[in-house]
Amino acid sequence: MGRSFFGGGGDRGWVVSSAVVSVLVLAPVVSLAVIAAQGSGDLWPHILAFVLPDALRQTVVLLLGVGVLVVALGASLAWVMTAYDFPGRRIFDWALLLPLATPTYIVAYAYLDLLHPIGPVQSGLRALLGISDPRGLWFPEVRSMAGCILLLSFVLYPYVYLSTRAVFLMQASSLLEASRTLGAGRWRMFFRVALPLARPAIAVGASLALMEALNDIGASEFLGVRTLSVSIYSTWINRSNLPGAAQIALAMLVMVVSLVLLERWARRRQRYVSQAQRARRAAPVQLTGWRAVVAVACLSMPVLIGFALPALHVGAEALKRVRFAGVSPEIWQEILNTVSMAAVATVAAVTLGFIVAYAARLSRAPVGGALLRVASLGYAVPGTVLAIGLMTPIFTLDNLIADGLEAVFGVSVGLLISGSGAALVYAYVVRFLAISAGGVESGLAKLSPSLDSAARALGETPGGAMRRVHLPLLRPALGAAALLVFVDCMKELPATLLLRPLNFETLATHLYGEAARGTYEDGSVAAACIILVGLIPVIILARLGRRRQFSHDAKGPMNEAMAREMLLGDPTTARGRATS
Amino acid sequence: MSDFTKALAAASLDLRGVRQTFGATLAVDDVSLTVAPGETVCLLGHSGCGKTTLLRMVAGLERPTAGQVSLDGREVAGPSVFVPPEQRGVGLMFQDYALFPHLTILENVTFGLARLPAAKARAIAEAALARVGLARYAGDYPHMLSGGEQQRVALARALAPQPGILLMDEPFSNLDQRMRERIREETMALLREKGATVLVVTHDPVEAMMIADRIALMRSGRIVQAGAPRDLYERPASLFAARFFCDLNEIAAVARDGRVETPLGVFAAPQGAGDGDCVVGLRPGDLTFVAPGSGVVDGVVESHRFLGDFDLATVVLDGLDNPLKIRTLPGKGPSPGARVGVAVVHSQALVFSAAGH
Repeated sequence: MGRSFFGGGGDRGWVVSSAVVSVLVLAPVVSLAVIAAQGSGDLWPHILAFVLPDALRQTVVLLLGVGVLVVALGASLAWVMTAYDFPGRRIFDWALLLPLATPTYIVAYAYLDLLHPIGPVQSGLRALLGISDPRGLWFPEVRSMAGCILLLSFVLYPYVYLSTRAVFLMQASSLLEASRTLGAGRWRMFFRVALPLARPAIAVGASLALMEALNDIGASEFLGVRTLSVSIYSTWINRSNLPGAAQIALAMLVMVVSLVLLERWARRRQRYVSQAQRARRAAPVQLTGWRAVVAVACLSMPVLIGFALPALHVGAEALKRVRFAGVSPEIWQEILNTVSMAAVATVAAVTLGFIVAYAARLSRAPVGGALLRVASLGYAVPGTVLAIGLMTPIFTLDNLIADGLEAVFGVSVGLLISGSGAALVYAYVVRFLAISAGGVESGLAKLSPSLDSAARALGETPGGAMRRVHLPLLRPALGAAALLVFVDCMKELPATLLLRPLNFETLATHLYGEAARGTYEDGSVAAACIILVGLIPVIILARLGRRRQFSHDAKGPMNEAMAREMLLGDPTTARGRATS
Repeated sequence: MSDFTKALAAASLDLRGVRQTFGATLAVDDVSLTVAPGETVCLLGHSGCGKTTLLRMVAGLERPTAGQVSLDGREVAGPSVFVPPEQRGVGLMFQDYALFPHLTILENVTFGLARLPAAKARAIAEAALARVGLARYAGDYPHMLSGGEQQRVALARALAPQPGILLMDEPFSNLDQRMRERIREETMALLREKGATVLVVTHDPVEAMMIADRIALMRSGRIVQAGAPRDLYERPASLFAARFFCDLNEIAAVARDGRVETPLGVFAAPQGAGDGDCVVGLRPGDLTFVAPGSGVVDGVVESHRFLGDFDLATVVLDGLDNPLKIRTLPGKGPSPGARVGVAVVHSQALVFSAAGH
């Protein structure tokens, strides 16, 4: 009786399934190490001498630059938005999140066109200054490290902005008020109390932004920055040298791990900081007159640079293209390809994410939680690294299947896994499992354990409790997770470039191809489609923030933090809350 | 050292017609109150009565919608004046202490001394920590301390800058019962020693009577009665005030020609009130058991509870619908079911006109 009630056997099934998922997530990384260890023969000295040092240097410079800028932008925007009130603040509440909708490669693609010597900006300036010679105007080169740092920062700052603002909103205002009654003015309050308390959140946001920067392949390549991601891709594409690419990928993985460790270190004391007591929102200071104008102008900059300008440009170009040539059949095919791949991956990721999160809840042993964290590691692995790690096992498997079928049945099926796109789905699932698992986990954390007990005491089996109690209650969390995974899959570029079946184009790869060739045809249509889809999660996030504004309760900011977890798929904060 | 132990320059506080509205809700309504230098005044009331809002307006954390706040004769909030909290020289202790989690205990206490040279600030902070018996925790972080220790750090931090007035928001409510009384006594002893002006918010009438020179009882944003603890207890101006300090027996009755007749005898009607419905309030200690027939009324004991320092019985009296509570010495009361007589010990019945309640 006791055994069936506590379901000793039932949990084991869940934990075993969860362990299988973890193995699937870790497999590409393990295989990467194995391939790299095989050595790339005579190419290795070349990589070591000419590719790696430069790629490492450029990546480090890029990360440093982006890191400094996103922290400065994100934290100061978050402070202005929480400590001050001014006309139009409501609009910035959601507008500042808009750059999340534009993938880095689209922004770079748009600016290359916008800032081209014969593009609208430079032509306009020359006309304004009366210069007729197209070379007569000096203009900063966007195809440079500085250009890349700037553009990436203006797209990626929302990660820092969101996490920091959530903390500023949650920080017990009594701490800020205490500092004021102790004689601290607004500046001292910010630098001595608010900012240090937000440091863990800033670290979370910055590390997520940097992982995106590390993952980026399109923007860096278009802007002429040879990062590790770009080097991996070109080593595989141009030299067809998988071990060489794997060796660079391994170096990149080391950077990812150090990023994760850096983030952990920066928030080592978060446990104590977040024990901040009852939150009561500090009344924002009302800005009027020229101060309000300055605030609005400063807040408009990142929205314009990171979203409005590129999105409007892409939108206008797309309209022009559609008016001129209609929507080409290729684009329709690519939309179908993109949506079907993303849909299959979403179903898989949500199912597996549910299994992993549910196993963590059911198992009393810490192993369930540990498996959940392992399964969520994929979010940190850059797409190129993941793809290189997946290639060998999948090709091997493909060849085995093909040879086996040919030998037994005498039929030739070709490359079943890579040819069908299964490899790509696999990569999507590994990369975005953290989003679905984290979403389900924070959904589950809100359900009191006494619900489980009640269902069981009323005679339900563990499976019945899940079906009749948990699943219905989790529907919103599952829906939100599915949506976020779907959108991220649609936007994904690096893994898609490497793992898609031959002659199979998605919207993202189409755009990449055109930008790489320097042709601007249907690319803007593809880009506009991606931005439109990318707006969906931003709208959801903004609406969550709006609800907080109206209700004004202490629970509000938590909603936002949860949304952030879901959006960014940061499983560690979800865990912290579930256990606290 | 001497900088912390010496008495501080206590300020007076003067509130005139202070009002605070949040949207459509009136949180504080036309409050006037004076606190003399060195005096301890308690703002007492149920949650949501506006007492914390009033405290925050004194600190400068809220700006009054109308009215005037003056500290030591200097207007700090008024129609055309608003001094921000950091320039008011007030000390504020929060219910949750609001210790900075990222700073050590010593850094927390030094926080408010930024205008002094570092060495001097440190010396004062160390003296303050020594005074509350926490010198050895100087290098620790707040989370490493117990609730009682955190409370003392908050006190030391608030007092270190020598504020003219100390504001405390439910300063003892986060402590467990056993520790609360000891820490309350220690805290008040330190504040008396420093001669501080203190304004304390509490919802606990016993606590208010223990620490306050004067109590200002608040209800729905207004001060309904202010005075020495004994005045409020013995001469409550309203049924609300009487109920706040005591678990009152209430008997509905009618006043006629200045007299109120009840099964428990005749009482004088409240002064100035005409004829009409009224409520007679009798404290459980004002009633006593006597032999049946020898008191003012007879009844049957319904229950009897042993509560330690005293017993509490409930009695159904002839002619009254609701049972009355009567306090007796421990073990001295009659058993349930017994028929008893009841007498009024002190003729301290509180009679209130029912209008307005």
